[in-house]
Amino acid sequence: MTSLLEARGIAIPGRLEATDLQCGGGEMIAVIGPNGAGKTSLLRALAEIELDRGRVAVAGEEVAGTPPARRMRLLSFLPATRALVWPISARDVIGLGLPVHDRARVDEMLDLLELGPLADRPVNSLSTGERSRVLFARVLAARPKLLLLDEPLSNLDPYWVLTTLSILRNAVSETNCAVLASLHNLEQVSAFDRVLLVDGGRIVADRRPNEMLASDELAQAFRVERKGSGWMIRGKISPEAGRQSSQ
Amino acid sequence: MSRGIALLLIATTAAAFLLSLLLPWSSIVGLLRQDTSLATAVFVELRLPRALLALIYGVTLGASGAAIQALFANPLASPDLTGTTSGAALGAVVTAYLLEFSAPLALSGGAVVGALGALGLLLALAGPRAETSTLLLAGLAISALAGALTTLALALAPSPFAFYDAYDWLMGSLVDRSLGQAVFAFVPALVSTILLLRLVPALDSLALGEESAQAMGYDIRRTRLWVVALSALGVGGCVAICGAIGFIGLVAPIFARRLTRGHPGRAIVPAGLIGGALLLAADLTVRAAPVGRTLPIGVVTAMLGAPFFLFLVVRMRRSLAA
Repeated sequence: MTSLLEARGIAIPGRLEATDLQCGGGEMIAVIGPNGAGKTSLLRALAEIELDRGRVAVAGEEVAGTPPARRMRLLSFLPATRALVWPISARDVIGLGLPVHDRARVDEMLDLLELGPLADRPVNSLSTGERSRVLFARVLAARPKLLLLDEPLSNLDPYWVLTTLSILRNAVSETNCAVLASLHNLEQVSAFDRVLLVDGGRIVADRRPNEMLASDELAQAFRVERKGSGWMIRGKISPEAGRQSSQ
Repeated sequence: MSRGIALLLIATTAAAFLLSLLLPWSSIVGLLRQDTSLATAVFVELRLPRALLALIYGVTLGASGAAIQALFANPLASPDLTGTTSGAALGAVVTAYLLEFSAPLALSGGAVVGALGALGLLLALAGPRAETSTLLLAGLAISALAGALTTLALALAPSPFAFYDAYDWLMGSLVDRSLGQAVFAFVPALVSTILLLRLVPALDSLALGEESAQAMGYDIRRTRLWVVALSALGVGGCVAICGAIGFIGLVAPIFARRLTRGHPGRAIVPAGLIGGALLLAADLTVRAAPVGRTLPIGVVTAMLGAPFFLFLVVRMRRSLAA
């Protein structure tokens, strides 16, 4: 069986070393790593936003050179920025994610993300959290086989963090697509099937969530360690001790 | 944009074009009674080129204005505020007065090169997704530089009449142009507008941000080069014949996006139509003005456009404060 995503030797000079990655349909993968480690670069390379070397195939189809209408069915990318300049309605922004006009699908997405009352408001007048939901709906609209999400859970309140995760889980089990999402909150990785740890522009570990949280690589990359139910700065005895030593 | 609004827009632009041809009605009727061949000559050699040039130049300014605004993701970007028109004027002046090429093709070529230089410099200075302040400052600097260099070129020109000669043209004028000159503006304008239409989907997707558009399979780097080259071609071709006319390229896309529900790319077509209607209307205003002589049309568009621009600035300041 061929895997859903096949990336070979993808690289961005200075930010991402040559990387191979495979994943199967139905997998939810978290991408974690310290600031500037290369999480966004990995996602951008997979989306072929800037790709100097290597190749990416989704469901056996080469992504490079695929025309926009087809590519929207293969993969979609949610950028970390939620900035939108033009006063386009939420409904129309979701429509931009579809290769052909499909009002029923847009309505379905509006319902799914409880955006009905905001549907005709211009997106540049919405709050950051609301805009995140509109952009998330846009990414899901075309039912792509691969979802590349850069910090999909930031700017969201707890209700929407949980709802977003369950929407992703449903999408994965219904359409057998795959999700790669970068995260900052290490507690959230347990909602995923597999975790990639990125550091220094390469994938340094690829494990199940629980193994990853307990791993040495994670402690080394983030310079923190697990203590009970929380995290501590590595080498410091307690938060109080940390505060004293920094004074 | 609904079909009804599209038809209304086309009808308005067509009506403005016909009015421009037929007004003042009495003088055409009078001439027809006296001498048919003279009436035909007035019609074909005076009125037709003037109306055609107003339409062509207006459409070009509107369409390339919409494309430039979509590209920079900024409603205040336009051919004049980015220095494109000043660059084109400089190119044409250098070609005509310093290099002393008077062939229309050389003039158009010079203007296109000047416009390309200005837009290229703007991209280099302000970056692809420029903030309003950076974009306007860079555009201002380029306009000032091009203006100063234009004056310098005229001062150094061998012809003693260069200043006098160029002044009327630099302020923008549609008067006393031949059909041949109209064709010289028409060809680059047509090529530029038609090719800009191919970029509509890419520019619309750019509303989601450069990364999303790129991930959707649009080559934004190539789109950027196309918009710059095509705007320079269309605007340069028109500036070479009619001089610099401001504010149409700023105002038309802003109205057009109200018809396309904010979508920046598909605003190119209505912006072109609105631009054409606006410039034809401005030309009718020039002719109707009771001052006994012809006003430069650039003065009229600036006098109407500048207050609108200030209104936009105030509204932007309010929305930033809110």
